Amino acid sequence: MALSSDDVRKIAKLARLKLSEEEVKTYSEQMTSVLSYMDILNELDVSNVEPTFQVTGLTNVRRDDEIKKMVEKEDLLDCSNLPVERGQIKVKSVF
Amino acid sequence: MDLTDLSIREAHDGLKTKKFAAKELALASLNRIKELDDTLQAFITVCENEAMKKAEVVDKKISEGEKINVLSGIPYSAKDLFCTRGIQTTAGSKILEGFVPPYNASVIEKLENLDAVLMGKNTEDEFGHGISSENTGFKVPRNPIDPTRTAGGSSGGSAAAVKSNEVFFSLGTDTGGSVRQPASMCGIVGLKPSYGRISRYGVIAMASSLDTVGILARNVEDVAYVLENIAGQDRFDATTVPKDVPKYSEKLDLDLKNIRIGMPKEYFTDDLPKDISEVVKKAILDLEKKGAKIQEISLPHTKYGVAVYYIVCPCEVSANMSRYDGIRFGPTIKDPQDLEQMYLENRTKFHPEVKRRIMIGTYALSSGYYDAYYLKAQKVRTLILKDFEEAFKHVDVICCPTAPYTAFKEGEKTSDPLTAYLSDVFTIPASLAGLCSLNMPCGEIDGLPVGMQIIGPQFGEERILGVGAKVL
Repeated sequence: MALSSDDVRKIAKLARLKLSEEEVKTYSEQMTSVLSYMDILNELDVSNVEPTFQVTGLTNVRRDDEIKKMVEKEDLLDCSNLPVERGQIKVKSVF
Repeated sequence: MDLTDLSIREAHDGLKTKKFAAKELALASLNRIKELDDTLQAFITVCENEAMKKAEVVDKKISEGEKINVLSGIPYSAKDLFCTRGIQTTAGSKILEGFVPPYNASVIEKLENLDAVLMGKNTEDEFGHGISSENTGFKVPRNPIDPTRTAGGSSGGSAAAVKSNEVFFSLGTDTGGSVRQPASMCGIVGLKPSYGRISRYGVIAMASSLDTVGILARNVEDVAYVLENIAGQDRFDATTVPKDVPKYSEKLDLDLKNIRIGMPKEYFTDDLPKDISEVVKKAILDLEKKGAKIQEISLPHTKYGVAVYYIVCPCEVSANMSRYDGIRFGPTIKDPQDLEQMYLENRTKFHPEVKRRIMIGTYALSSGYYDAYYLKAQKVRTLILKDFEEAFKHVDVICCPTAPYTAFKEGEKTSDPLTAYLSDVFTIPASLAGLCSLNMPCGEIDGLPVGMQIIGPQFGEERILGVGAKVL
């Protein structure tokens, strides 16, 4: 599996990463090498194997719906470096 | 008497009998940090004021005859992935520089309530992405045994701080080996507990189906004291299991005559450097002399572990890293043109290794590739899990090397990503299966420590700590 520079640019766009041309070149080489290594998994026939997405076996974990306040809203808003207006973080327009 | 060199129990006894005060203990730890940390670079943040205040609280309780916990007044540190109220938490990344969480991680909160003394936050690979703590926007920790070498990673700062007596214990995280490997490089004890044993609420996520909170300390009993005080179900982490937490420290005296040790032949191959193989085998033979029964076992899918891990982990990384946009927390650029440009500029602060993992994960999860990579990897993960299930029908613990190398120099294994990924070969399988595993120092080569891994079944912490206590 070889990743071209265009492939890398497309993935970077999906991941909202800005890459320099040099980075595009480096990542296309490195990702090609890493993904080629993954071909080792093709040695195995796993058509009849169930995937393991989690290991605890816990399902539908519920708890009582009681409100326990850990943090004040203002303290969370304080973490932002952007201006806060009427209890909300103000960002630039999308378009 | 050097206060920083005591075990947790000795320090606790000293506090209780008023041989020394908690303030003296905290000050000894602080002086040690001041003396060594310019060289070792184990700390991103040292919280002197908070620590001294906490020590005073403990001294007041002791003077008033109040009963104190074994961890009260004990100086400790935490990898900078643990959210600490009012104390900067960076995850080792410039993208979180200056972030001061308004709440504590559940484990930090527990230790806070027990009056353990947080001395500071440790250097690490950014978000835990690495094997030598070099992948960071901050300082790189150095190995106390030989400062020209790295302390391992990603919890390298934690390992260096514990080894050098800057603190008594440190909290790290272990996703694919990040507690066991630095513990091995620095010659200390490192526990990766079973997935679901310790709450991860407030611990900055890397790969959520694999992340565990681990403990680094200088002896097994110290690890046991910390584990029994921080393990257990947490209403804020739905992956913690509703299982009782044993008093691990009281159950360390295990009779090796009842223990069958498995040596997986896939770990002791010709690829393993001979000197490391010999040191680990000698430690296993020593356990045999003390009564344990040894047998060879097979974990046939071991060689697929790295490929599975470096698909599953980046996939989960790509999802977890999407929250870092510089809006709700972390530095942000001034006067952006629009939202898109703001995301792109803010996210340039990621270390190249983090970007690489985001890219691999984004690719593997993108339309048309999910079945070939992520799904396939999770299926092979099942086979690795079954290998262990089968093995534990015949043996009680599995012993093998923690890493096929000793402490190395900066850049030695990290210039090529695939080489770095392959370095996790011995620690990854237990992580994929959610098992518990302990690194025990078991000898040295040219003055550098060699670590042995003792892997147990899920929630077999009591057993691996018991076996660990019998090593050398």
